[in-house]
Amino acid sequence: MHELAITQNMFDIVLKKAEQVHAKKVTKINLVIGEMTGVVSDSVQFYLDFMTKDTIAEGAVVSIKMVPAQARCRNCNRTFEMQEYDWTCPNCQGNIIDVIAGKELFVESIEVD
Amino acid sequence: MEIKILKDILGANEQIAQKNHELLVSNKIFAVNIMASPGAGKTSVVIQTILALKNKVRIGVIEGDIASSIDAETVAKEGVPVVQINTGGECHLEANQLLNALNNLPLAEIDLLLIENVGNLVCPAEFNLGEHRKVLIASVPEGDDKPFKYPLMFNTVDAVVLNKIDLLPYVKFNVVGFTKTVKNINSKAEIFKVSCTTGEGIPAWTKWLTDQIKRR
Repeated sequence: MHELAITQNMFDIVLKKAEQVHAKKVTKINLVIGEMTGVVSDSVQFYLDFMTKDTIAEGAVVSIKMVPAQARCRNCNRTFEMQEYDWTCPNCQGNIIDVIAGKELFVESIEVD
Repeated sequence: MEIKILKDILGANEQIAQKNHELLVSNKIFAVNIMASPGAGKTSVVIQTILALKNKVRIGVIEGDIASSIDAETVAKEGVPVVQINTGGECHLEANQLLNALNNLPLAEIDLLLIENVGNLVCPAEFNLGEHRKVLIASVPEGDDKPFKYPLMFNTVDAVVLNKIDLLPYVKFNVVGFTKTVKNINSKAEIFKVSCTTGEGIPAWTKWLTDQIKRR
């Protein structure tokens, strides 16, 4: 639902960079998004298509690298991928964990002509 | 040609949130971002908190809603300064909206600022406002599976207030299971079981809040 705000922020970053490097056209936007953010990639593309009309990014394709939610167990230090219904350490069944990946939300790069 | 950027999409919001935090600190205000799904009882918890603490600390309130000023009017009856933010469709508050609201509050007359976010368990988790603490209000009728469905929100907050516990005899809700799941997702989170209707559990919640203000 917050894809509109996220896409707007992303678009601002992309346009600023494209202007800095005097790009004629932005063809691709590479994003890194953590699974836990709940960002829906189809919505990002949908909003972007609206926002980029009549800009140098018109027609740009969004490519999203999804990062799975990962945790580290404080008890045994094991790193594991969290499943939706189970955040327990598969090694020692410990319950105290630190989330170490899955909250990412950044523009990795753009591809320009 | 590929150009590296590696820039946080929410960086602009983070920068304003940092400014908000500095503004709050310089005015000696302790701010709490209250998040929940619609109908969990955010406004009721705000009002119970005002009733319990208004003789101890000076409270201000910011109400975030997509539309209307119903909540602000309800809270204003308690005699505290309140500002309504209408997001006009956006499903969460952003730091710049909070900054505007702060500019419309008598900051020198506030010790505790309660910020009621837009009713939503997804988006508000992503947008820092510059607050000192984040609190999630869950409620018994929503069901005990919410931590599974909205892990980021449950992982982000400092405390979870489980509201409407007076309904436990009528609703299938496993309090022990809920508590265990929340602790699994967020071992730091304090959990309070309250009813805004009977007042049960409110003193424990407001005591924690008062301790947090002292500690800040």
